[in-house]
Amino acid sequence: MNLNMNSVESLVAQIQGLSGNIGELTQLRNYLMQCDDLLRTESTRLAPLLTELDPSVHSLGYLYILEACTCGTILKEEANELVLSVARFINVCAADQIRLAPEKFISICKRLKEQVVLLEDPMRGVAPLLTSIRKLQSSTEQLTTLHPDFLLLCLMSKCYKTGLSVLEDDVFEVDQPRDLFLYCYYGGMICIGQKKFRKALELLHNVVTAPMPIISAIAVEAYKKYILVSLIHLGQFATSFPKYTSSAAQRNLKNFSQSRIIHDLLHLAKISYAPACPDRLLHICMDLALSTFSKQWDSGIFPYLELVNSYSTGKVSEVENYVQMNKDKFESDNNLGLVKQVVSSMYKRNIQRLTQTYLTLSLQDIANTVQLNSAKEAEMHVLQMIQEGDIYATINQKDGMVRFLEDPEQYKTCEMIEHLDFSIQRIMMLSKKVTTMNEVMSCDPSYLGKVHIQLGGNGRDLIMTISTPFLLNSTYEGGEKEQSMALPMTCEFLFSRKFSFYYGRGWY
Amino acid sequence: MEAEDDAAGAIIGDEEIYANVRDETDSQRHRPIISGEQLDVEAYAALYTGRTKTTRLLFIADKCGAPSMELEALRMAYDEIKKGENTQLFREVVGKINGRLGPNYALDDAWADAVDRRAELKKDKLENELNAYRTNLIKESIRMGYNDFGDFYYAHGQLGEAFKNYVRTRDYCTTSKHIIHMCLNAILLSIEMGQFTHVTSYVGKAEQTADGLDPVTIAKLRCAAGLSHLEGKKYKLAARKFLEVGPELGNNYTEVISPQDVATYGSLCALASFDRSELKSKVIDNTNFRNFLELVPEIRELINDFHTSHYASCLEYLGNLKTNLLLDIHLHDHVETLYEQIRSKALIQYTLPFVSVDLNMMANAFNTSVTGLEKELEALITNDQIQARIDSHNKILYARHADQRNGTFQRVLQTGNEFDRELRAMLLRANLIKHDYNLKAARKH
Repeated sequence: MNLNMNSVESLVAQIQGLSGNIGELTQLRNYLMQCDDLLRTESTRLAPLLTELDPSVHSLGYLYILEACTCGTILKEEANELVLSVARFINVCAADQIRLAPEKFISICKRLKEQVVLLEDPMRGVAPLLTSIRKLQSSTEQLTTLHPDFLLLCLMSKCYKTGLSVLEDDVFEVDQPRDLFLYCYYGGMICIGQKKFRKALELLHNVVTAPMPIISAIAVEAYKKYILVSLIHLGQFATSFPKYTSSAAQRNLKNFSQSRIIHDLLHLAKISYAPACPDRLLHICMDLALSTFSKQWDSGIFPYLELVNSYSTGKVSEVENYVQMNKDKFESDNNLGLVKQVVSSMYKRNIQRLTQTYLTLSLQDIANTVQLNSAKEAEMHVLQMIQEGDIYATINQKDGMVRFLEDPEQYKTCEMIEHLDFSIQRIMMLSKKVTTMNEVMSCDPSYLGKVHIQLGGNGRDLIMTISTPFLLNSTYEGGEKEQSMALPMTCEFLFSRKFSFYYGRGWY
Repeated sequence: MEAEDDAAGAIIGDEEIYANVRDETDSQRHRPIISGEQLDVEAYAALYTGRTKTTRLLFIADKCGAPSMELEALRMAYDEIKKGENTQLFREVVGKINGRLGPNYALDDAWADAVDRRAELKKDKLENELNAYRTNLIKESIRMGYNDFGDFYYAHGQLGEAFKNYVRTRDYCTTSKHIIHMCLNAILLSIEMGQFTHVTSYVGKAEQTADGLDPVTIAKLRCAAGLSHLEGKKYKLAARKFLEVGPELGNNYTEVISPQDVATYGSLCALASFDRSELKSKVIDNTNFRNFLELVPEIRELINDFHTSHYASCLEYLGNLKTNLLLDIHLHDHVETLYEQIRSKALIQYTLPFVSVDLNMMANAFNTSVTGLEKELEALITNDQIQARIDSHNKILYARHADQRNGTFQRVLQTGNEFDRELRAMLLRANLIKHDYNLKAARKH
């Protein structure tokens, strides 16, 4: 059906007319959803319509038309134009309007990202995507699908600080688990780049221990980086996983055998090949698949675990030898820089251990104990550590002695009290969150269906028998059948609960 | 605090406090058997009877470096075995002698064959007897039968069979005396075989029998328990057991252990594992144990030296005793560990009362070099056994007590951070699981 000038006019009129309040907007959205196909078929002729609409007032309509314009293939000359127009739109659009059509918004943002990458100028996309995230989020605790794309652009353009500003928000709500994995992985990489190893460790830990039905390649890569960051930051690595790690991760991250790889790869390729899938992940899948079929694929994690073993011996020469021998493997994972940092962290750790036993020590002795080549090198290392704040010491160059000092922090300042106070407030806030979550869940019908309730006596006893620790450990699986059976019981229960609540309060 | 005490008692000279010079006492006591000099094999072997004598002699022959001592030990072992009926051990010893002791100590096939033939006959006889008893179902005779079998196998060196037979008597024991008899046999066999877990269980069993425990048996059981703890490297428990052994033991348990051994094992384990007060109350002031210590005067001296902080002489005695202690079958594996522990204890005790210690003087006191001492102290500090820091420039050790307040603040902040992190991660995971669940539920509808 051709879109003749009349329909176009009516479309524009509709948009202009119905962009007032929320009621009108929902009406407009329904209308636009019906026109969606029409818009797509006539995408090439929609450009002039955009000039008639004001993006800040008519955001919803503008969004639909813009999305239809950009959904086709984009030629190289048009890319620049596209980037500019989308960026402009993102800057001025009204947040509440676009939240009515999040998929469309996400789709144009992803187009923006693709084009920016094709133009090889990722920095252009950083600011617009940041704005888009802020507009799309309903709260700072929500993780949207755009977060990983934004972090990827930050990585590619080396704008680490901007990435960090987003990483500082705590995330509690997630739209898609896949987003979370990528977000944490890229976030970990950004933190490593900024040398914030504690935060990197936290993010990578979240990927490795997240609930996942099958092992994903992201988790494997994240695990490798996790091992290295753990060695740098903590000086050790515990090969045992915490209890809450998924069984898939526990099985596979120990010994990545060949048949499992093929199986998991196929599954992964099936579920993740979508326009939204980041290119890097696809590349990893392809490479792994090729190498699995072409040659004897040796377990990707093994070199890292061996590195942990040689690190724990405490001998720098051994670690260096091992790194030298396996340079290619580390390089193919793009982890060589990180591995080099692991080696230098060994020196640091050995020197730190010395501060525990000595008050003063000559530079030559330090060099001997830590296996450095000369006193000059030892001096350089110690100096660097003092500057970075890893140890507290003074170097006496006349005697060639280093004097180790105590941590000057006395925990008596106002800043420290403020810090403590802030931490207390934070933890209280988190506890409150957990309590509310607990309450919400205990009213959930499927949960109640799973809990074994002993009926008897008056309703008041029923509340006592439900034990709260049960709540957060319960797994949600196969609830359908139980759900239908549970309903009559729960109605009864809820009623009796309310009943006894009133009874207890003396309202009876 | 200390008054200037010129007039009355003598002021202890500076050198004596710091260098711990030992005054030369006379050593004109009668020659102790376990001492710093080379072990007198004959006298040592005379302390024991039975199979353990042979085993010990063979062990000495294996481990000592001197060929003269080796041959002496082998000669005595040969004589001892000839008195018994263990042909297998006989062949072993002859193999080891290898003709070095002349024609008298060669393989006496005639004797061996005669013994074997006799053994066969005896075995058949015993078996017939046992079967007869078993058909008669007389408990006491069955028990005796099994016991005889056990003795027979023991004499012929088949320890496993002997053990099995002794244990079989258990079902036919009627009085507590029988049970104790069985337990003692089982203990003896287990010690010979080196299975010290059985020793512990049978000691426990024997101690539980209500009556019938005379002091000698109690002493024996304590020795056995001590030995099993020693083998299990539980030095503190071993020390306690050995120290509880009463003087009634005398020479009643020479098929396993001699009173000198009790003194040695007990003292060394006590030195390595007891703290100062326990050492004083349980070892030095222990009247019962004093009788044992008289048998090994060097060890008595060494304990006193340790207690009075004369570490140099204490460690010197220990050094002298080392070669002989290495020839003891039970102590052989543990000498190094015990020595290390004693040395660390000495170092720790030395530094305990001081705020600062001059490493030069300390090195003198322990008869080592300053660098060696520094290394040892470093290891102890890293293991958190000494709370101090070394000033390597001036060679002084400064005591350092952790600041509790700062430590607490640090720990609090750290715990808070960890809790924060864990809680957030958990909420995130809960959210993911909920999301998964919702997805599945949505798909099913």
